[in-house]
Amino acid sequence: MSFQHLQISPAVVSYRRVDSPKSPTCRPKYPQVNTVNLHRSWKSTKVVAYYGLTSPPFQLDALEPYMSQKTLEIHWGKQHQSYVDGLNKQIANSPLYGYTLEELVKVSYNNGNPFPEFNNAAQLWNHDFFWESLQPNGVKMPWGGFLEQIEKDFGSFSNFKENFVAEAMSLFGSGWVWLFLKKTDKKLVVAKTSNAINPLVWGDIPILSLDMWEHAYYQDYKDDKEKYVNTFINNLVSWHSATARMARAEAFVNLGEPKIPVA
Amino acid sequence: MSLLVDPCCCKTTLTSSRFFGIPTSAMSMRAVFAKNKTRGLGFGLRQVRAMQTVTLPDLDYDFSALEPTINGEIMQIHHQKHHRAYVTNYNKALEQLEEAIGKGDSSKVVGLQGAIKFNGGGHVNHSIFWKNLAPKKDGGGEAPHQSLGWAIDTSFGSLDNLMKKINADGAALQGSGWVWLAYDKELKNLKVETTPNQDPLITKGQNLVPLLGIDVWEHAYYLQYQNMRPDYLKNIWDVINWKYASQVYEKESA
Repeated sequence: MSFQHLQISPAVVSYRRVDSPKSPTCRPKYPQVNTVNLHRSWKSTKVVAYYGLTSPPFQLDALEPYMSQKTLEIHWGKQHQSYVDGLNKQIANSPLYGYTLEELVKVSYNNGNPFPEFNNAAQLWNHDFFWESLQPNGVKMPWGGFLEQIEKDFGSFSNFKENFVAEAMSLFGSGWVWLFLKKTDKKLVVAKTSNAINPLVWGDIPILSLDMWEHAYYQDYKDDKEKYVNTFINNLVSWHSATARMARAEAFVNLGEPKIPVA
Repeated sequence: MSLLVDPCCCKTTLTSSRFFGIPTSAMSMRAVFAKNKTRGLGFGLRQVRAMQTVTLPDLDYDFSALEPTINGEIMQIHHQKHHRAYVTNYNKALEQLEEAIGKGDSSKVVGLQGAIKFNGGGHVNHSIFWKNLAPKKDGGGEAPHQSLGWAIDTSFGSLDNLMKKINADGAALQGSGWVWLAYDKELKNLKVETTPNQDPLITKGQNLVPLLGIDVWEHAYYLQYQNMRPDYLKNIWDVINWKYASQVYEKESA
């Protein structure tokens, strides 16, 4: 895997603990209460927030003309925010307190019988991941070791693109399309999921995602799903993010012996 | 040699399946003859109807007739693009199904069920939906009277209670789907049900008849209400055609 062209910006890679044990010692004793003084009186109003809304790593008009500012204002500003608010309300009265977001997604999935918190938690995580999978003025193709891995697992880059578009077009209802690393098979796979499900619940490592819920494209593309998917795969994918995630993933999955040329 | 029962008139004829090497079921033979191929089986087999295709039903009102509750742009795209796509893809799936049955390709037959359920369900559901809506000048929003009105009061306490329940269930539905007011033919009562994606109401119970269905897929409201599905559900009662629901109820409960 070549690191020469790797440029990781702080906004792209966000630290996430994977598979960390939930022990009583690493859980804070008291709820994280952010006290906000709204009225300048001695009485302050308590606002409790367990999880927050993170910003996309670009300005809302940066993805034009492929994804309009209006779409992002609603998709991020209202939809994504509503998942945050919904989850915070649920956690206030829930035994699922004290997890990182990624842990919460896995725990609330409950092996296929999800708790009520799952939808909000998973959609929150999915959208965080999605914003970081988008890049304004991005490069059109991956490079170096990541491209080699894609060629190894899909045959060619255009095969991968075809696979991705086919999965997106064959999704019935709301859901997501993922490029992820299957830990057991040690290869990259493209698959679609319904509603809020993501590869974390299978123990796999997501590399890229595309939101196929209608709210993601209806404003800009109406019912033309195919145009939306093709636009994404050709113009909006952040291969920087994908490469960085792949580099991290290699710490957890052995992708095979390096090719040592025979003398 | 095997017996073929013509489903049209129960006439029985003998046939040989050695020609095709396929199971000689009535359905598969029907599919074969639907392609109008004349194969000399020599036993006087009847031609039977081809598998029927569906067509996009017309709306009883203009696209803009439901404004300001649902704007014309949504109605136009919803009817002309989404519903038409379900019709087209359903017909395509039926054609492929016919072919697969004719060839006896069981795994293909089973594999097509997803597309049939989705697109066929989409067609069925939307056909009901267009009838469930009417402009205010044609009675949209007028409360149900007589038998359906009494049945609603009995089952839910009041029309307001019913509306609250449907709004709550519709808003809570995750992803895409439908919320229904259903009549249970066996238990002879009304109930509120939800179905995911394009599953028709019958998937929730063979005895359920849809009286009212509300589309809560995002394409039904997003251009106007954005993510505020509860607002869409609150407003849609202004254009609900209770007359149609009453007609269906009276017919089924008779």
